[in-house]
Amino acid sequence: MAKVTFITSDNEEITLESDSGSVMELAVEHGIEGIDGDCGGVCSCATCHVHVAPEHQSKVGAASEIEQDMLELDDNANEFSRLCCQIEITDEIDGVILRVAG
Amino acid sequence: MSLSESSTCIIIGASHGGVTAAFAVRKEGWQGDIVVIDSDPTLPYHRPPLSKAYLTSDDSNHSLSLKPAASYEKNNITLLLGKRVDSIKRENNSVILDNGEVLHYKKIIIATGARPFIPPIQGIAQAANVFCLRTHDDVEKIRSAFSTSDKKRVVIIGGGYIGLETAASLKKLGGHVTVLEREPKLLARVTSPEMSAYFQQLHTSNGVIINTSKNVQSIESLGTSNLVHCDDDSNYPADIIIVGVGVRVNQELAEQAGLAVDIGLIKGVVVNEQCQTNDANIYAIGDCAYHHNPYYDRWLRLESVQNAVDQGKVAAASLCDKPACYSAIPWFWSDQFDVKLQMVGLATGYDNFVIRKEIDDENKFSVWYFLQDRLLAVDAINHAKAYVLGTKCLKVNANINKEVLADNTVELSSDIMLT
Repeated sequence: MAKVTFITSDNEEITLESDSGSVMELAVEHGIEGIDGDCGGVCSCATCHVHVAPEHQSKVGAASEIEQDMLELDDNANEFSRLCCQIEITDEIDGVILRVAG
Repeated sequence: MSLSESSTCIIIGASHGGVTAAFAVRKEGWQGDIVVIDSDPTLPYHRPPLSKAYLTSDDSNHSLSLKPAASYEKNNITLLLGKRVDSIKRENNSVILDNGEVLHYKKIIIATGARPFIPPIQGIAQAANVFCLRTHDDVEKIRSAFSTSDKKRVVIIGGGYIGLETAASLKKLGGHVTVLEREPKLLARVTSPEMSAYFQQLHTSNGVIINTSKNVQSIESLGTSNLVHCDDDSNYPADIIIVGVGVRVNQELAEQAGLAVDIGLIKGVVVNEQCQTNDANIYAIGDCAYHHNPYYDRWLRLESVQNAVDQGKVAAASLCDKPACYSAIPWFWSDQFDVKLQMVGLATGYDNFVIRKEIDDENKFSVWYFLQDRLLAVDAINHAKAYVLGTKCLKVNANINKEVLADNTVELSSDIMLT
């Protein structure tokens, strides 16, 4: 079980809890504004872009090569960027804070 | 309430386009009711995974839903699932459902998509275990037939994306899979000979039997299995047959309502750059919308998630009197075995191409299509960087240095763009 906090572009903080699936699925399931997941979670559309809080980067790990490349579609990408369809929900990410970039 | 006072936006079709449009209409500030109608009884879902990850997944609870049911309620969007729209009565702004129910509208978005084409093959209607792959229900039937089949001999009629993705998925599940393609090469209508050859090799090396130039003539039913006959006298035993030979556009509703549905030979509901039909209160989006693409200066219809989603957003904005114009560069993806294909642009009409192969990995390359010096499209195999760079080049209409592009001793970068 992990708690994940999303901060939307309106600075709304929403904390959700889950024990499986991807972070994108969790966000879509709860209608988090700015996380669309148009491709269904196969790293093809870059519509689930988040910035990981710097202190939590080690919890979620680094983007894969394909994910890093896809992130370049978004001008808003930086060193803290991840596509959250590629972040699996596990105990390790408990407490993570993600700012919606899209 | 008098007819003229209806403030309802009716969306016909609850797949990617219709659902995106519904939420976008609400977000753009629509104050009236929003009603989304679809004959498919399942909560609206992602279609692309049906032939890919969903088919191979043993977890039937794996969520395919576009949005949870609660999101529709929260946004005051009414879903009428399992119901079909029989007709649109423009003279009194109403639609009539198959159960006789009459709903009045202020605006309509037609997102009716397309349906699988069933070719006139003799015996196809009587044969056992013949399936298309378009809906959630189709996949459940395929899954069930496949799991209970002893020999698991699968014949796939049609070597397009649906056919090949399904071939890869059923092969992964342990099927004996044969693809019969009528044209001399796979993906004949949609990609270049280079990519066709690559996918043929990919499937063959993974144990799928690919037979091209095979025109299926009849299906002989042998009780629980079938024999598929081709017009060159070859035949193929099949416990399961999947038909993936293209679609027919669901435009009849628009046509019967007197809306324009074609320009020349290609069918589809004709729309302008706001996705508006020739009736200002009626829009059409997604697979069924025949639109002009300004980038290629061509009228076309696209079958893709990108097109459905982007047109849904444009129609929603326009319907709420906000400025919007559809001018997206098309993009697509396909996953087969461990290969990720990403495509951007439309290669139709290319007269030369550059193949960019990466030194470090032979399964990573891209094909760049040009009309003279103008870049039209990029197909990237396991190479998101090429896909992204291609997208950027297309967006700015960049001139490409083809020599730099082809030189795989230099890392692929924006250096391919001529300033």
